[in-house]
Amino acid sequence: MLSVTDLACVRGERRLFSDLAFDLAPGEWLHVQGENGAGKTTLLRALVGLSPPAAGEIRWRGAPIGRLGEDYRRELLYLGHHGAVKEDLTPLENLRVAAALDGRQLDERDTLATLHRFGLKGREELPVRFLSAGQKRRVLLARLVTRQATLWILDEPFTALDVKAVDMLSALIGEHLAAGGMAILTSHQTMPMANGRAVKL
Amino acid sequence: MSALLAIVRRDLLLAMRRKSEMLTALFFFIIVVSLFPLGIGPEPVLLRKIAPGVLWVAALLATMLSLNRLFAADHADGTLEQLALSPTPLGLLVTGKIAAHWLTSGLPLVLLAPVLGVQFDLDASALGILVGALLLGTPLLSLIGAIGAALTLGVRGGGVLLSLLVLPLYVPALIFGAGAVEAHISGLGASGHLSLLAALLALAVFFAPWATTAALRVAME
Repeated sequence: MLSVTDLACVRGERRLFSDLAFDLAPGEWLHVQGENGAGKTTLLRALVGLSPPAAGEIRWRGAPIGRLGEDYRRELLYLGHHGAVKEDLTPLENLRVAAALDGRQLDERDTLATLHRFGLKGREELPVRFLSAGQKRRVLLARLVTRQATLWILDEPFTALDVKAVDMLSALIGEHLAAGGMAILTSHQTMPMANGRAVKL
Repeated sequence: MSALLAIVRRDLLLAMRRKSEMLTALFFFIIVVSLFPLGIGPEPVLLRKIAPGVLWVAALLATMLSLNRLFAADHADGTLEQLALSPTPLGLLVTGKIAAHWLTSGLPLVLLAPVLGVQFDLDASALGILVGALLLGTPLLSLIGAIGAALTLGVRGGGVLLSLLVLPLYVPALIFGAGAVEAHISGLGASGHLSLLAALLALAVFFAPWATTAALRVAME
C-alpha cells in the first residue's frame, strides 16, 4: 500500500539519510529507529507530504502522494510532537472542531465515550490549558479513534504518557493493525506489538 | 463548504475565549483616532479635512496589530500542520481564517468608524461614504495582510518585518479609501474611488488566499 523507494532527505546542508526503501502492507507497522537528530521526524514529515524529500519517491496505492493530494490525506493521520490541540477549547470542542475541519460531523455520544476511554472523564468541559501534559497528549491521541484513518504516522506517541496510557495506546494500535490498518511510529521504547518491522536511520 | 464554516466558527470561538487580544486592537483604533481632535483643537474645517486620512491610517495600524496572531498561534501549537494535512484543501481553510480575521478585526472598525467620525464634524452623508469605503477596504486589509503574515511566519522579528512588508501594500487601499470621503466632501462624488476599491477587493479575494496558502506551505517545510 505504502511504498518508499530511494528516499533521501536533507536538512540544511546536512544529508540525513539516503537510499531508504521499504514497503508497508495492511496489518503491518514500521518502527523508525535512530539517535536524536538522525532524521526520524524529517522522514515522517516527508511521508505525510509536509516537506518534500530531496530524492526518491513515496507511493500510496501505487500513485505518488504528491499527485493523490486529498485522497491520500483522507486516509492519513499524522500526530507530530506538537500538541496540535487548542488550549482555549475543551477536549470535546477540540475533537469536534478537528473533525469538522475534515468535513465530518462527530456523534456526541461516541466522542464522549472515546474521551472516557482515554481517561478524560470529568474533564470534557474543561479548557485544555488546565490539563496536564499527559492529559493534553491523550486529547490529541483521541483523534486516532475519531478520525478513522488507514495509515497512522505517529511521532513519539508515548511521550508524557503514564504506564496505563502506554498499554492502552499499544492495544489501540494493535486493534488498528488487526483491522487492516497500518502504522509508522518513532519511539525509543520497545514495542509490544506483532508484525513490526524496524528501519534504522 | 461545511469545513469553511467550521474554521470560521472555530476562529470566532477562539477570539471570544481571548477577548483581550481583539479588544486591544479596537481600543488602539479608538484612542489613536480620538487623539487627533484633542491635539489639533476644535477647528471644524481642518478636522473635516483630515478625518478620512486619520481614520484610515488608524484602521491600517489597528489591523497590523492583529495580523501577527493570524497564523502564529496555529503554527506554534501544531494545528496549522493538521490543517495542511486535512482532506479539506488548505486554500479553503485559509480563506475561512481570513474571513474570521475580518469579522473580528475589520468589522468592529467599520461599526465604530461613524461614531468616531462625529468627533471630526463629518455630516451624515460623509459618514455613510466612510462606512461604505471601510466596508470595502477592511476585507482588503485582511486579505493582503494574510499574505504578509504567512510570509513572515516563523521568522525571528517577524512583527517588524510584517509591517515593513504589508504597510506599503496597503497604500492603494488607503488612497482610494480616504480619497472616497474627500471626493464626496468636495462634491466630486465617491463612486469612482469606491469602484476602484471594489475592483481591488475582487482581485485580492481571488489572489490572496492562493498566495497565502503557497507561503504557508513554504513556512511549514
